[in-house]
Amino acid sequence: MGILEVKGVGKRFGGLQALGDVNLSVQENTVHAIIGPNGAGKSTLLNCLVGKLIPDTGSVMFDGQSVLGRSPHEINQMGISRVFQTPEIFTDLTVLENVMIPCFARRDGSFRMHALGAVSNERDMLEKAEKMLSDVNMLEKAHLHAGSLSRGDKRRLEMAMCLVQEPRLLLLDEPTAGMARADTNNTIDLLKEIKTKRDITMCIIEHDMHVVFSLADRITVLAQGTPLVEDTPQNIKGHPKVREAYLGEAHVD
Amino acid sequence: MDAILLQILNGLDKGSAYALIALGLTLIFGTLGVVNFAHGALFMIGAFCAVTVQRILNLSFETIDPSKTDFLGNPLKVQSPYVVEWFGADFGNAIIDWSVPIAILFAIPIMIFVGFAMERGLIKHFYKRPHADQILVTFGLAIVLQEIVKYFYGANPIPTGAPEAFRGSFDFGVLLGFDPNAIIYPYWRLIYFSFAAVIIGGVFAFLQFTTFGMVVRAGMADRETVGLLGIDIDKRFTFMFGLAAAVAGLAGVMYAPINSPNYHMGMDFLVLSFVVVVVGGMGSLPGAVAAGFLLGVLESFASMNEIKSIIPGIDQIIIYVVAIIILLTRPRGLMGRKGVMEE
Amino acid sequence: MFGLNKKDASLLLVVAVLTMFAPFILNPFPTDSGLAQFNAGYPDLMQRFVIFGIFAVGFNILFGLTGYLSFGHAAFLGVGSYSAVWMFKLLSMNVIPAIILSVIVSGLFALLIGFVSLRRSGIYFSILTLAFAQMSFNLAYSVLTPITNGETGLQLTLDDPRILGESVTADGSIPVTNLFGMEMRSAFNLEIGAWDFQFSVGYYLCAVIMLLTFYLAIRIFRSPFGLMLRAVKCNQNRMRYTGLNTRPYTLAAFVISGMYAGLAGGLMASMDPLAGAERMQWTASGEVVLMTILGGAGTLIGPVLGAGFIKYFENIFSKINDNVLHQWFSFMPDGIEDFVVFIIHPFIGKGWHLTLGILFMLVVIYLPGGLVEGGQRLMSLFKKDKADDDGSHAPTKHPAE
Repeated sequence: MGILEVKGVGKRFGGLQALGDVNLSVQENTVHAIIGPNGAGKSTLLNCLVGKLIPDTGSVMFDGQSVLGRSPHEINQMGISRVFQTPEIFTDLTVLENVMIPCFARRDGSFRMHALGAVSNERDMLEKAEKMLSDVNMLEKAHLHAGSLSRGDKRRLEMAMCLVQEPRLLLLDEPTAGMARADTNNTIDLLKEIKTKRDITMCIIEHDMHVVFSLADRITVLAQGTPLVEDTPQNIKGHPKVREAYLGEAHVD
Repeated sequence: MDAILLQILNGLDKGSAYALIALGLTLIFGTLGVVNFAHGALFMIGAFCAVTVQRILNLSFETIDPSKTDFLGNPLKVQSPYVVEWFGADFGNAIIDWSVPIAILFAIPIMIFVGFAMERGLIKHFYKRPHADQILVTFGLAIVLQEIVKYFYGANPIPTGAPEAFRGSFDFGVLLGFDPNAIIYPYWRLIYFSFAAVIIGGVFAFLQFTTFGMVVRAGMADRETVGLLGIDIDKRFTFMFGLAAAVAGLAGVMYAPINSPNYHMGMDFLVLSFVVVVVGGMGSLPGAVAAGFLLGVLESFASMNEIKSIIPGIDQIIIYVVAIIILLTRPRGLMGRKGVMEE
Repeated sequence: MFGLNKKDASLLLVVAVLTMFAPFILNPFPTDSGLAQFNAGYPDLMQRFVIFGIFAVGFNILFGLTGYLSFGHAAFLGVGSYSAVWMFKLLSMNVIPAIILSVIVSGLFALLIGFVSLRRSGIYFSILTLAFAQMSFNLAYSVLTPITNGETGLQLTLDDPRILGESVTADGSIPVTNLFGMEMRSAFNLEIGAWDFQFSVGYYLCAVIMLLTFYLAIRIFRSPFGLMLRAVKCNQNRMRYTGLNTRPYTLAAFVISGMYAGLAGGLMASMDPLAGAERMQWTASGEVVLMTILGGAGTLIGPVLGAGFIKYFENIFSKINDNVLHQWFSFMPDGIEDFVVFIIHPFIGKGWHLTLGILFMLVVIYLPGGLVEGGQRLMSLFKKDKADDDGSHAPTKHPAE
């Protein structure tokens, strides 16, 4: 029994069957990658996991509980964090404040009327946030405005904001999209480090094969809304169906 | 039956004004993406164009008529307008009488100019700023415009008459086969409604059948792509602002005989017109027009004594109640499109 | 101090000193001098400064922190005023129960309106709040006349059934509002030479309450709750995916700012026990928006500055007339003097709103941070000049910047 169990999920947009009959099982403390050509339904699937979309059919269980019908903040409180394709951070706030917000969310839940205490008196939270920032090598940038960071730093910050919540499942939506090679490698290193240091399950949607094969323990290939195969990276590399549907197409040029 | 028809007719003139202002608001919002709180002021300026033309036509010189005396025994001073002197009594007086329709001719260039000036001078710099900033700066502009008008014309409403031929009412019911005196309807309101219908039809035809209109509609749907096609969309949008200003201005000119213009009439109409735009659906032209007439007619129904006796005070709040219900049940309004003004 | 850091504590202290000594500070000109009309140190005006300060500080908690632009906040002010006057009519002329009731009622009213309006954001939210406020205004004028007394406004009468207290005083007049016997309108006059300073009970009550609310606002700004509100303004999407429910945060901010508005309304009624529907009109809502923006939205001191600025110039500017202008410019040759007066004329007296409108537009265009940002820019200019001076004396210490 995996930590995330997706069974028979289907989603239709008007005449388009975005997801057919998706079954997926993500095991605890593994990195599971979902790959597939454009329009394969990767993002739709992810949105079904985090509560942005509600699938028409099927079930999504996280740690034995259904996530369907819950709103994004409830699903996050269950222990699922999400990294977006373009980093979603609080650009008007400082880097430190960006990381403190998830700390409060973890401690206080989805709403707490904490109007009279001072942020500067929250020693535990400050320490936790600073520790996290030093883990991702951003401590010296703690008092900069998040909006002024480089794209790579924004990505690291978003990652830090997710990790500081100590989620049980981290969903990453194309974490290296639009990055230069060096940045991509940095991100891979960061993710590898996270994988070894923490007990965390990751589910990555990715285009870049290099990233997928250097990180993933299991890979699911999605095409036209249905999973083609699910296997280890070694087996996926040589799989004829995958070459046909995805890799072959990518290797033309 | 005749009572219902009467209420519908009564609602049409106010509905026409709402629809015209809302049409302009939506044009500006849809093309330029700007929320214009000064649009009501344009309506007000239009109404004051009518006032000004009437005053100009009434400019008089003074002559002394020695044959008559006033009650103090002095020779009587007679005011005679220049137009009467120049064009003779019949034609001159007719011109004065028809000052509101004549004002339309003056108002069009003035309003287009005001619209251009507003867009080039102010609004242009706010395309990239947040909507809140746009609301705030146009709100400030509305205050400035209305205070300027107040300075020159005073705070009191200025009665501005319709031409003699269109004053009074006629028995509309008889035309439709009802009993005499069942539906008495003022001429000018009918004219106002027809005028509004013509303008609305004109704007839609313009957008539908000209290349220019096609580009603008494309721009409303997707501004960036149209810009990529190498079309100078900005210039066309400036023109759209002028057009929207002219529509609001003409609505104001023709409204002058219905309600004597005062300096805050623009704000009064603006609040309601915004509600109309939101009910119709932000960015939807047919929605704005439909909602304008719908709310005008609803307001008129709510002011019937039969309705008021059931729900007291409903006439005062009907528009807001409808707006709140619509916004909560159909967040995009009656005909709103997805993705307009949403996060 | 008071759980504030040094910077905030000194800000609070400065504001406290300014408000406590306002009767002196705002009265710099001798009573019989020509400039006496610029004195603002009389109770009626000073009360308005602090009351509108409370209103704007509260509005800023909503708009400055969460970015939700409400165009209907005057409704809460009006509701607060009505509640206070009813308390005077029914219970007691003591202002404490009246103020408490006005805060509670406006808070409940804000809860209701906020619950509905906050389902939408952006311009839709502005229109919804505007619609609610206009609706309240129209209702107060028409159907709710038994409660609001319609166009006349709600006033005290000689036959009010005051439970704790008398309907009529011994000399046959309506009793006055008081705080445990201290009458709001009573004042202590201090004459020093040509100066006349007035210390009124009403003003000091308002000032103390303003300081309390200002202190509370500082605490909210610096709290985790305030941080969450700033996060709402910045990125609601990220908030939701960080496990935070944005709706209760915005609703709480809306209700708090509604209660501030109600408090302001209650104080207004306590100073002068009447309430009219025009306090709820959307122009009144627009005014608090002007104050907050003009002073500096999202800053602590901005709204207070904005409220003081607008109320001061509204009172003083509108008193200047052509005669005053002719006096000022009498040193000029006649023709030029007349011309200058002619040019300035539209902007003064009744033309004050024109000046305000222009000023407001200029602030939005060039100084989005309001007076506070203007002050900061001036300071940095000043500091830069100073730094440059230092640099010229010791050029080696400052490498080219």
